[in-house]
Amino acid sequence: MIVEVIISIFLLLGGILSFLGSVGILRFPDVYGRLHAATKSATLGVIGIVLATFLYFLVIHDLFVGKLLLGIVFVFLTAPVGAFMISRAAYRTGVPLSSMTQQDDLKAFMKKDATK
Amino acid sequence: MQFQILINIVIAFIWMLLQNNFSGVTFAIGYIVGLGMLWLMRRFLRESFYFRRVIAFVKLLGLFIYKLILANYDVIKIIVKPKMDIQPGIIAVPTKLKSEWEKTLLANLISLTPGTLTMDFSEDGQTLFIHSIHVPDKEEAIREIHESFERAILEVTE
Repeated sequence: MIVEVIISIFLLLGGILSFLGSVGILRFPDVYGRLHAATKSATLGVIGIVLATFLYFLVIHDLFVGKLLLGIVFVFLTAPVGAFMISRAAYRTGVPLSSMTQQDDLKAFMKKDATK
Repeated sequence: MQFQILINIVIAFIWMLLQNNFSGVTFAIGYIVGLGMLWLMRRFLRESFYFRRVIAFVKLLGLFIYKLILANYDVIKIIVKPKMDIQPGIIAVPTKLKSEWEKTLLANLISLTPGTLTMDFSEDGQTLFIHSIHVPDKEEAIREIHESFERAILEVTE
């Protein structure tokens, strides 16, 4: 059945993205890079799995489960705020950037802030 | 805008009463009919037709999903590459957006697109500090944010 194939594709994509996100957490050099992997690839991974679940209940069991769609909305709302707070706190407590970093516009701003 | 939506809902209720059928589908049809009536009357409205904003919002959503998939692909390419030759950096992006609500939306959209992460605001709130995972060209990155998300948000709110 074609719907089952589509659901499987969503599930597989979600699983692969979550896995790659975890690999990214291990491989990136500093906190900020890791946040990228943790909050973004994982977000799309979760959405893939939730969408697959939603489609499964909608098509196979004929149930419209609105809670799953709400789940996507809440992931979209919380992930960026969490990443923002973690990176902001990390920078302000002096967690160093990796040696690969090319530019740091925030440094000048923070210095100006401190002298005020 | 609130006034127009109220009129639209009232038209939908009148439609339901005329049809003598109180289901969600009838309400939806009535709402669409109301939209059509408002559209025909748009030159008599004091504000611009509100549905234009809804369309702009849907466009913003589409742009966001497109960027989300595109950027995820880029980050995954970086992750699976055996040798990591990235140039991360923090860039300051000035913004034209005025209200807190618009700026929050912009910051969240930037954060959700992989490869870029909003880190901090300047004191006056007119500059966003963005950590980007790969910035070979700073001007290019700033221009891209201005031309995609900022413009789409302006279209919704203006």
